[in-house]
Amino acid sequence: MRVAVRLLWLMAAALLLAACAGAALRGTGDLGLVIERASGHVTLVNTSSRSAYARIGGLGDLSHASVVYSRDARYAYVFGRDGGLSKIDLLEARLVKRVIQSGNAIGGSISQDGRIVVAQNYTPGGIKAFDAETLELLAEVPAEYAPGQFSKVVGLADVPGNKFAYALFDGGEIRVTDFSDPKRPTTQRYPAGRQPYDGLVTPDGRHYLAGLFGEDGVALLDLWQPEKGSRRILDKYGKGEEKLPVFKMPHLRGWSVAAGRAWLPAIGRNEVLVVDASTWKETARVAVKGQPVFVMASPDGRQVWVNFAFPDNGWVQVIDTLSGQVVQTLQPGKAVLHMEFTPRGEAVWISARDDNRVLIYDTRNYRELGSLPAEAPSGIFFTSRAARIGF
Amino acid sequence: MSNSGIAGRVVAALLLACAMPAAAEPAPARQKELIHMVRQDCGSCHGLTLQGGLGPALLPQTLADKPAEGLVATIVHGRPGTAMPPWHRFLAEEEAQWIVTRLMEGFPK
Repeated sequence: MRVAVRLLWLMAAALLLAACAGAALRGTGDLGLVIERASGHVTLVNTSSRSAYARIGGLGDLSHASVVYSRDARYAYVFGRDGGLSKIDLLEARLVKRVIQSGNAIGGSISQDGRIVVAQNYTPGGIKAFDAETLELLAEVPAEYAPGQFSKVVGLADVPGNKFAYALFDGGEIRVTDFSDPKRPTTQRYPAGRQPYDGLVTPDGRHYLAGLFGEDGVALLDLWQPEKGSRRILDKYGKGEEKLPVFKMPHLRGWSVAAGRAWLPAIGRNEVLVVDASTWKETARVAVKGQPVFVMASPDGRQVWVNFAFPDNGWVQVIDTLSGQVVQTLQPGKAVLHMEFTPRGEAVWISARDDNRVLIYDTRNYRELGSLPAEAPSGIFFTSRAARIGF
Repeated sequence: MSNSGIAGRVVAALLLACAMPAAAEPAPARQKELIHMVRQDCGSCHGLTLQGGLGPALLPQTLADKPAEGLVATIVHGRPGTAMPPWHRFLAEEEAQWIVTRLMEGFPK
């Protein structure tokens, strides 16, 4: 009898332990977050169950907020417009730490070894490096391009060797800062052209591209042979024609490369520019519904999804990269601000700011798979970014 | 100058004076749209809180020393050579005036 009772107790204990362990252990590979720009919240989401599992507030001004992930894909670093840098634990669904690192920020990136988080700032113009663990300031590199003149920084992207490439909007430069000695960074400077608005590093980490707003063209730097300097590609792609007014700046990231080509938004034209990613010569142009903002390749590179600037921001178009043709036109909702593919691209999540919804589409048949409520959603960021160069 | 000429001018001036305050106040539904547009779409560059981004801050203290007509012209016609586009496709000049007045006194939420 006594033995039987003891056995029962043991079984109960084992069951409890198993239940606890089951709840506590989980990966982060199918997690991510959605920025709710107006209210300073993020909603934590699961791409397997297509659901939200937590919401965290108090993150300040999240207009134009962007996110990078720690290399274990557990922590999200959220860069807010107001210079706030917040570290969020996706597993415990809580804010770990928050610092105000500048007056006006535009995003950030994380180093190859995952130890350094770098923020790019408009005010004061420059970049700042932080310890990824503690968010303690390690170094500051002002974007001084002429004596006493500081530029807004755009297009910050990590490159191998704990380096970061970025561009100076006012200074017209590309810079590469080496943080291999985190407290004593060194910087190389290259000419870019007038008003670079954003930049990207190709997925192999070899090339940095800075898109220009002030002139027709893109500046290219081969990071494997930086001594050769920067050069111009897509020079004068507008062919002297008058630009359409630009109501929103496009965004560039390493997702632009697919099927051996780079798919880039044209400035002031309703076109996607296609460039061979080995010769860097223009190979085609795709006419689209409006001025592209995000031109994003699916993870396999078979499709490129495009959203547009105001007033065409209710549309999304899909380009087939084999034919170079638009194969689908969708109207997911009002004010589509961002798109994010699930890690292997079977679905894409789309934020419709003015509908207060995130929509999920099947990338094979373009059917809506579901949707989630979110307050003025903008950026959507999945943990698959953690392992990508240039993010 | 003839009397009728003077009278005509006075009438024109009076008409203008009448027209201005009326035109400066869009209907409440339109006001809501304009506020949304400024916060969200102008906010792409100027920031949702209008504290600036790629474009300059649009707060009362930053605009205080700038003539209102110049600001209205910037909204309507843009500023060539910068990233500021013309917005005349989406709003009338009086609506731009209304926006400038609101910006200078602190923009509604």
